[in-house]
Amino acid sequence: MSGGRDAVLGRIRKGLGRTGPVDGDQRAALDARLQKHARGIIPERTARDRGGLADLFVEMAEGVQTSVARVASPAGAPAALAEYLAQHNLGSDIRMAPDEKLNDIPWQDRPTLSITRGRSDGNDEVGVTAAFSAVAETGTLMLHSGPSSPTTLNFLPDNHVVVLRASEIVRAYEDGWDLLRAKGKMPRAVNFVTGPSRSGDIEQTLMLGAHGPRRLHIILIEDENG
Amino acid sequence: MESTSKQFKQNTRVALDNTALQSALGKMESGFVTNRANAAARLPEFEALRDQARDIKNHTLENLDFYLETFEENVEASGGHVHWAATAEDARQIILDICQSVDAKTVTKGKSMIAEEIGLNAFLEENNIEPVETDLGEYIIQLRNETPSHIIAPAIHVVKDQVIETFQEAHTQFDPARSLEEPRELLDEARTVLRQRFFDADVGITGANFLIAETGSTVIVTNEGNGDLTQTLPKIHVVVASLEKVVPTLEDASAILRVLARSATGQEYSSYTTFSNGPRRAEDPDGPEQFHVVLLDNGRSELLGTESQEVLRCIRCGACMNHCPVYGAIGGHAYGWVYPGPIGSVLTPTLIGVEEARHLPNASTFCGRCEEVCPMRIPLPKLMRHFREKSFEEKLTPTAERTGLGIWAFVARRPALYQMATGLAMRMLGALGRRRGLFASLPMAGGWTAHRDFPAPQGRTFQQQWSARGGRRRAGE
Amino acid sequence: MTDKRPEVGLFVTCLVDLFRPGIGFAAVELLERAGCAVAVPEMQTCCGQPAFNSGDRADAKAIAKQVIEAFDGFDYVVAPSGSCAGMIAKHYPELFADDPEMIVRARDLALRTHELILFLADIRGMQEFDAAYAGTVTYHDSCSGLRELGIKAQPRALLEKVSGLKLVELPGAELCCGFGGSFCVKYPEISNKMVGNKTADIEQTGADTLLAGDLGCLMNMAGKLSREGSKIQVRHIAEVLAGMTDEPSIGEGQG
Repeated sequence: MSGGRDAVLGRIRKGLGRTGPVDGDQRAALDARLQKHARGIIPERTARDRGGLADLFVEMAEGVQTSVARVASPAGAPAALAEYLAQHNLGSDIRMAPDEKLNDIPWQDRPTLSITRGRSDGNDEVGVTAAFSAVAETGTLMLHSGPSSPTTLNFLPDNHVVVLRASEIVRAYEDGWDLLRAKGKMPRAVNFVTGPSRSGDIEQTLMLGAHGPRRLHIILIEDENG
Repeated sequence: MESTSKQFKQNTRVALDNTALQSALGKMESGFVTNRANAAARLPEFEALRDQARDIKNHTLENLDFYLETFEENVEASGGHVHWAATAEDARQIILDICQSVDAKTVTKGKSMIAEEIGLNAFLEENNIEPVETDLGEYIIQLRNETPSHIIAPAIHVVKDQVIETFQEAHTQFDPARSLEEPRELLDEARTVLRQRFFDADVGITGANFLIAETGSTVIVTNEGNGDLTQTLPKIHVVVASLEKVVPTLEDASAILRVLARSATGQEYSSYTTFSNGPRRAEDPDGPEQFHVVLLDNGRSELLGTESQEVLRCIRCGACMNHCPVYGAIGGHAYGWVYPGPIGSVLTPTLIGVEEARHLPNASTFCGRCEEVCPMRIPLPKLMRHFREKSFEEKLTPTAERTGLGIWAFVARRPALYQMATGLAMRMLGALGRRRGLFASLPMAGGWTAHRDFPAPQGRTFQQQWSARGGRRRAGE
Repeated sequence: MTDKRPEVGLFVTCLVDLFRPGIGFAAVELLERAGCAVAVPEMQTCCGQPAFNSGDRADAKAIAKQVIEAFDGFDYVVAPSGSCAGMIAKHYPELFADDPEMIVRARDLALRTHELILFLADIRGMQEFDAAYAGTVTYHDSCSGLRELGIKAQPRALLEKVSGLKLVELPGAELCCGFGGSFCVKYPEISNKMVGNKTADIEQTGADTLLAGDLGCLMNMAGKLSREGSKIQVRHIAEVLAGMTDEPSIGEGQG
């Protein structure tokens, strides 16, 4: 369909008063703009110190029906997970991301937890993943696909439990992009998740758990204390 | 999609008589409108962010060819394919070819207005491929054989009882005596039915809220997570997007995203904002094996360099229709084509012609509420007026209206004649109406007096009385 | 500062001129109390909005040119209507964007033109009103005044100075009443739905009087209230501020 391509680009250029592709200084300026990927306005609400950022993140996340358990160290995470399961009457079968960021957590402290690792096939009640980062501005988790972080775990299980470290919380989405760029190539998918799945499509009534997780629970490890 | 915009007036009457629709529309002010106002109030930078969003998009449009080519290059670098579709037909055929290449039987779909614009579902069905809408609202209207009446709340015109009826008819696999009274029960049933469809689909088709030149990413924004299941589970992910969706960088998209959800639903951020970059990588445990982007023009490139270029800034948030009193009175279907509300009133004549859609830009009081809330600061009333001028120039304006206006303008351009004619007319009307103070009917004013009384003039005009008093006529007199 | 009184040209507006001259006299009264010398040029007819909004740019320009000429030499031009003031202040320069000579004059007039209430409150800083009104009033914000000119606080602040007057807020005060010039006769059913919503909101306030700053909207709402059998009186805000409420209200009979 290159005929389509040339015709469309031709019409665009005609409308913009050009006969060919941008070139010279103009092109250099556009390339530079892409290279620089400058930030715009970042809301003042995020101008806080590290502890303040975690508080803001939790406040915003809870504002969109995310539940958050704050634990002092990785050692506190298994109990937090068990407590969440008990609270919602969930079984102990856990589908967990094969993510090394979850390996320093002593899951074996809770031997009743039956943990398997890998992607979800849709039959999992509870999925556990690690966050890549989190945006305090709106209580948003930043997750991405990769060998250790299957996307299916973010959307198929009814309960999505995310392990997040306070040190991973950033002010704004733009900070998240910087962290991701530092890792190299863009992963296949980047998911910004702000609360559980929801719909207002029946008479504008808000309901949780439309197609994605019915619940979103964050275990926040306060790794910056002390 | 076929247009019924020409029959706007008939459509309007049907809508006003539809009690279910009227009850559904009655919830707009307390829902979307209040939520948006609260979201804007919570963010002190909101107005500055709107300016910034407008500027980003203006810059992009001025260099649209460059950014589209950069986007294409980067999609291909991540293993995806870009297809350019000059027309709706081209886009449909490209998508069909992709589907047929894997012998697809069913495709799941995320909500996409572009798919509506190109009439994709009907075309796939004609070619023996079953399209399954997965957004709850889209699913409901697909079962009801309807089109969306709102760009972000496609089933806003449907009330709960109608959904119950629809599900009982469509989901015959369940016990007919089951309870569906609670919205929750309806949602759960749709979730159960659609979950299997996600797994069964051969191809997943989504739209895009943004395309990012820098990275070749496509972006979807959803609350249900249906778009993510649509694009993650099948072998092929097809993105169908119009070309003005492109922005330069991740930062630019992030900046505009700050005004999108707030303007649309009043959320700070939607539940799921997903950036997709090509097919699954060799080492990935999930994701589609193929990634295609269909870039649709369908007349948009013709708008560049014209007065209508500004409509290309639209990010389809729906704020204009949420706030429009005309939309609030008649809903979306009356507009007769894909895009309702104020943005539809400028897009529709742009894309399908003024002759077909003449009514839409005329059916506005120019109250200005749409422009007041548009996150991209599109001057919607000004653009509607532009189309009124066009239809006046092309003599599409009805004769009676042109004649009435012509007489008025003729008189208004001749002050002496104006004073004399109006003086006489008002004295007569005033004398006739003085006792009751108003008229229940008046010749030539049936449109007014069908619904309300016409207040009688007080009698002599101001100008006559001012002259009689010897009032001053010039500065410094 | 000189103590010379500013020269104000009153743009009567065609609706006021024809249907409710009392508003014009109330405007004159208020402007004089605010220390202005008022004159009413004879050469004015209409602001051209009907033509402008119907897409008839040529006639709109011709009428605009006439207005620009009629109001040469005034310090200010004041209209008892947000819609007409908005037309002159916001749209005349747009009309002459490609006419280098006229654009200068259009901009000059635009800068001198104000809506009456905004002029009294913001430009003249009027604080005192020798007016009384025994009643509960509610106020509708007409669209052009509100969104083109930013008129929102001013009418409320001025009404507060009227002794005996009680102001109750109208829910949805910023929603269009459905008048929209020729809109209300071109699309009467939609307009009727909009004005019906509006009158329901008005009734809900329990006010005995409805005020607004634009006669088009007032005639629309008064006509609907009357058709519904409502007893609510409808007046232009200037009538109340000027204490000129002896005349029957809009749509009210004399006998």
